[in-house]
Amino acid sequence: MPDSFIPTSAELLRILPEIILVLAATLIMVLAPLVKGREQNALGYVSLYGLVAALAAALSGYFDPGPAFHQLILVDGFATYFRVLVIFAGILTTLASYQYLRREDADSGEYYALLLFSVSGQSLMAASNDLIMIFIGLEISSLASYVMAGFLRNRAQAIEAALKYFLLGSFATAFLLYGVAWIYGITGSTYLLTIRSVFERGAQTPGILLAGAAAALIFVGFAFKVAAWPFQSWAPDVYQGAPVPVAAFLSAGPKAAAFAVFVRVFVTALGPIGGRWEPLFWLSALATMLIGNFAALVQTNIKRLLAYSSIAHAGYVLVAMTAHSEIGTAAVMFYMAAYVLMNVGAFAVVAHVCGRQERFVELEDFAGLGERQPVSAALLTVFLLSLIGVPLTAGFFGKFYIFRAALQADLVWLTVLGLLASAVAAYYYLRIIVIMYMHQPAESAAELPPLRGALGAAVWISAAGTLVLGIFPSLILNFAGNSALLAR
Amino acid sequence: MILLNLCLALPAAAFLLLLLVPRSRPGWSRWSALAASLVIFAVSLALLAEFDGSNGGFQLETNIPWISAPSIRYHVGVDGMSLWLVLLTTFLTPVAVLISWRHIAARVKEFYAFLLLLELGLIGVFVALDLFLFYVFWEVSLVPMYFLIGIWGHERRIYAAVKFFLYTMAGSVLMLAAMIYLYNLAGTFDYGLLMADLVSGRMQLGARQESLLFLAFFVAFAIKVPLVPFHTWLPDAHVEAPTAGSVILASVMLKMGCYGLIRFCLPLFPTASRGNAPWIVLLAIVGIIYGALVAMVQPNMKKLVAYSSVSHLGFVVLGVFSFTQLGLDGAVYQMLNHGISTGALFMLVGYMYERRHSLEISAYGGVATPAPMLASVFMITSLASLGLPSLNNFVGEFLVLQGAAQANFTWAVFAAIGVILSACYLLWLYQRTFLGEASDEVKSHMFDLVPREWAATLPMIVLMVWMGVAAQTFLPSIGAANARILDRMQQGVVMDVKNTMPARGTEVARAR
Repeated sequence: MPDSFIPTSAELLRILPEIILVLAATLIMVLAPLVKGREQNALGYVSLYGLVAALAAALSGYFDPGPAFHQLILVDGFATYFRVLVIFAGILTTLASYQYLRREDADSGEYYALLLFSVSGQSLMAASNDLIMIFIGLEISSLASYVMAGFLRNRAQAIEAALKYFLLGSFATAFLLYGVAWIYGITGSTYLLTIRSVFERGAQTPGILLAGAAAALIFVGFAFKVAAWPFQSWAPDVYQGAPVPVAAFLSAGPKAAAFAVFVRVFVTALGPIGGRWEPLFWLSALATMLIGNFAALVQTNIKRLLAYSSIAHAGYVLVAMTAHSEIGTAAVMFYMAAYVLMNVGAFAVVAHVCGRQERFVELEDFAGLGERQPVSAALLTVFLLSLIGVPLTAGFFGKFYIFRAALQADLVWLTVLGLLASAVAAYYYLRIIVIMYMHQPAESAAELPPLRGALGAAVWISAAGTLVLGIFPSLILNFAGNSALLAR
Repeated sequence: MILLNLCLALPAAAFLLLLLVPRSRPGWSRWSALAASLVIFAVSLALLAEFDGSNGGFQLETNIPWISAPSIRYHVGVDGMSLWLVLLTTFLTPVAVLISWRHIAARVKEFYAFLLLLELGLIGVFVALDLFLFYVFWEVSLVPMYFLIGIWGHERRIYAAVKFFLYTMAGSVLMLAAMIYLYNLAGTFDYGLLMADLVSGRMQLGARQESLLFLAFFVAFAIKVPLVPFHTWLPDAHVEAPTAGSVILASVMLKMGCYGLIRFCLPLFPTASRGNAPWIVLLAIVGIIYGALVAMVQPNMKKLVAYSSVSHLGFVVLGVFSFTQLGLDGAVYQMLNHGISTGALFMLVGYMYERRHSLEISAYGGVATPAPMLASVFMITSLASLGLPSLNNFVGEFLVLQGAAQANFTWAVFAAIGVILSACYLLWLYQRTFLGEASDEVKSHMFDLVPREWAATLPMIVLMVWMGVAAQTFLPSIGAANARILDRMQQGVVMDVKNTMPARGTEVARAR
């Protein structure tokens, strides 16, 4: 390609969201030393405005689809969908962090800068069309989030969480990179569509036998990011140790982005050799659902409980991946939107209740919340009902689409077991509702300030989204359905 | 048509409005809940005027798209069976409001809000003609009942509430899987279209397929009915629920299961229904006798009434799976009867609990002395429940037994034992609580019905007599609806014969 190494303006526009995010993050880094101490919290506004601008840029990118940077980037409906989603998760996290950081006396520009860097990495993952690009996006996203997990550095638990996350995470990325190298060795390319066309030749491809192993190596890298079996064990420790808003973020943004590349790599590039990786997904989906749901049953710490619940939800999404069809992809897309809303919402309520230094994160600390704070309790109930999958909430339609895709792909046993596992899940979510409404508040129960400000906005936006998607899923489902065609 | 939508819109609106009532004014919540439920009842009564009882098909339909892909429609309508169940729901909701007037003192606003949300879910279940919509309402009705039991119930309320939720949930996820499976075959959730596809043979289910789908639906409904051995959640839920919760649970919620059997299991899977009928009938008869025997030895009044429900609902299932016109008519009629008479029993037991604060039979005795009116009302209700001729249950049980006898005489013989046993446990209950020497506690605590309680009780008594002597008010439209379902079952069988043995199939067709 001798034409030019200087990108055209159209190409630059296609990565405008990432440019905006990185610029905003850099701006925050520059401004941070100039503002003193608690004033730094004001940089949250910069973060918020940057994210909103990036959201607008991502949306407008939809109207000018196409590749950029020698096909490393591909902006299409699918990319737009996940870009919007991860940026939206970033907005919710920013809103949920503001009061939390103030309460912890940890107001800092760095936090928001890291958040923006991480979101830019995820946004890049959503739009990448090449294994190397995916790897770079993943690393940008991960490195920033490792630091965020240990952000409150005088808290031993947070340090432990960050270290664990970092070590295991780098280990898993190494597997990913190794898998990429194998794929390159087999197909001679890292470009997803070329890989696909090589595999479409079927049995004549030299080294096709190794393709399954390469797929498994890549699976390791991604499965770690979404906390799927057998690489789920970091999630509870990290979520528990990390600050609540960071746990909310980790459970939403990186996961959504990881599922986006999961689809890109496995459905687009490795689609023709589906028979080689589908059994792996089948097993992992089932084990993830079972482990997540059954382990959540015995948790007493709400952050840990939500961590196991998020493992279980990754299992449901893997069911849709196993279906390996267009409606399966659409189901993944819809579910991630529903999941981001309900999970970040639930964590945001926890961030509200947990109090200074997260003293109140045991389930008993939620006793009588229905009387102490009817609004917070009612909103948390909405999120929990959505996580259970009760109709008229987004979570229900998410599950519905997933299991519909699975049944269409004749995965009857996976569907039945998955649905039964989700009935088990009802028990531990209900337990929180029981404690909130049916237990008397403990005498030591903290005085809670009313749910207001940015945190309140995060919770209300999530709740409204959960209900709106639960009643009018067509709003984004049609878009997901159309974009799913692109990831074929 | 607009009326039926109002029956759904009004409870939803009332629920939202009630959330806005200030917490500090429990009186406002009570009165607005009463007013709303009475208005809804009035609207549902107006349905009767628009409804043509001689037509067995669906009427007053609304069918508009809700979600485009997958195609899910807001499709509602009533036939001769669901109309009466809707009326039962709207009739009992104001009654439930009245009997909770004093009993519910804490979190009054939320209580009534949940009651109205429950009404929405229940009406929705009976009018939904889209499988998906049906599932939505089915689950929506689950949540408020869970809270009603869990927040306002008795000592072991949390255990009971969670058990109730999990049992129903476990059944209904399988039903959801079956619904999705059907959708993937037919491309629609619409009840009418599915039926048309099945009747015309455009959609054909293999024997194994049909039987698994049938079981998935059946288990969800059998848990809700509840059929032995899926009944263990029921006594717990009933005993722990507040009075209004028990009344709605027994009178309407259990009917969701029976309704589902008739509406979905029979016509969608006729061959599998017939194939599985023997063991289902066996379970029903076991339920009739087992429920009655266990009821007899209960020391707790509410538990006694709960087990009597197990027994009575055995009759409904027996009637349904006799596949005769009489049996089905009797089953539907028995659903309504049980709603009125067992609802009234729970209500009266609730009155007694409010006075004496005990559900133990041994805490009573001689109540008839201080509270003669309560005693006579209880007597009438017991007699209705045990099937005395000229009161309502007799008609239903008689029809069911007649239908069962048509199908297989032995079934009727065993089921009839249940009728005798019901007389034993109910009269014995009456004897132990109302007759004899009144102890000092009973004398000091028990007093007669107050006007508010009369207002809730009298309509129930009137209905018991009316349904007993003027069954013709109800039966023609029920019969017309059932006739269509039976007709469909005949077609199903004929069609299957045609598929497997073409030669005989043409013969049958010619004979018709």
